[in-house]
Amino acid sequence: MDVLREVGNIGAGNAATALSTLLNKPVDMAVPTVSLLPFEAIADRVGGSEAVVIAIFLRVEGDAPGNMFFIINREPARRILQGLLGFAAAENDMYSELELSALNEIGNILAGSYLSSLADFTGLNMSPTVPSLAVDMAGAILSYGMLQFGTMGDDALLIDTTFLEGQQEADGQFFLIPDPESFDRLFRALGVPL
Amino acid sequence: MTEGTLIKVGMADLNTAEGGAVIKTTGLGSCVGLTLYDPVLRIGGMAHIMLPSSDIARGDQLNVAKYADTALPELLDRLKKMGASPGRLVAKMAGGAQMFAFMGGDSMRIGPRNVEATKQMLDRFSISLIAEDTGGNYGRTVELSTGTGIFTIRSVQFGVKEI
Repeated sequence: MDVLREVGNIGAGNAATALSTLLNKPVDMAVPTVSLLPFEAIADRVGGSEAVVIAIFLRVEGDAPGNMFFIINREPARRILQGLLGFAAAENDMYSELELSALNEIGNILAGSYLSSLADFTGLNMSPTVPSLAVDMAGAILSYGMLQFGTMGDDALLIDTTFLEGQQEADGQFFLIPDPESFDRLFRALGVPL
Repeated sequence: MTEGTLIKVGMADLNTAEGGAVIKTTGLGSCVGLTLYDPVLRIGGMAHIMLPSSDIARGDQLNVAKYADTALPELLDRLKKMGASPGRLVAKMAGGAQMFAFMGGDSMRIGPRNVEATKQMLDRFSISLIAEDTGGNYGRTVELSTGTGIFTIRSVQFGVKEI
């Protein structure tokens, strides 16, 4: 678990720096948590199965495949868009093409920096697929990350890192759900005896 | 169970209800929410199906609610034990969306595959599917009222719909 927490630390640390550069202000992150959670409980981490979230999803391909989500609530998303585009985003759930594209690109940059630092550190080949964005119920979105675990049991292993901007909590969350067969490779790459 | 009781079905879970109770599952994406209903006895059941076939199951314990091919027989058994007549049962279902469009590969076409597998099972057990709201690229929350048999679907984009 400590090793996997370190995985979250390395990846998200770099992504926080990237976000900070984008926004031109300091972005902190909470200590990553690593937990084996029932499928239901994963959506509870972002407000429950029906909570509407903005999520950027991508598959991690290469030596240690998995699923990655960058999840951001509507309010922080608006602040980020405001900071980045210089005008206020929509008041309701409707986002313009430009805003969606900007959010997708932010997710892309952050996920890319998360993965590249993790790949550097572990020496494993890890590359992101093209990201895809959805604004929808958390349960409907996150269930995609659990399919690989679905064939084995009713729990998935989640590495969860929360971004903080100053004192404002939960600006965004990174979920990394490595495929079950990736653990051996991650552990071995990080020098943990099996 | 009485009118107004709410019975929740989690992910990869199934349950039954009667006496006017409402049975509900939230946040269906690629998963399928399947309901069976006996309109005479007003007994209903719901499964939150995650994967099409238990053939791919690994590990020791099989959660029958998770797979289309095992969830339907289990739901049917439970309803029969409550007195439902298999010949009277009607099915409704929703879900099976493809939330993310770009992906190739089998695992990402899981929504349509869940829908197909569920329909095959309904065929095999000669249960008629009288209404469905499947596909698309959005999430759904669904509930079945055992008092009326009405199946309600809620989504972020399209609001509330009854089938």
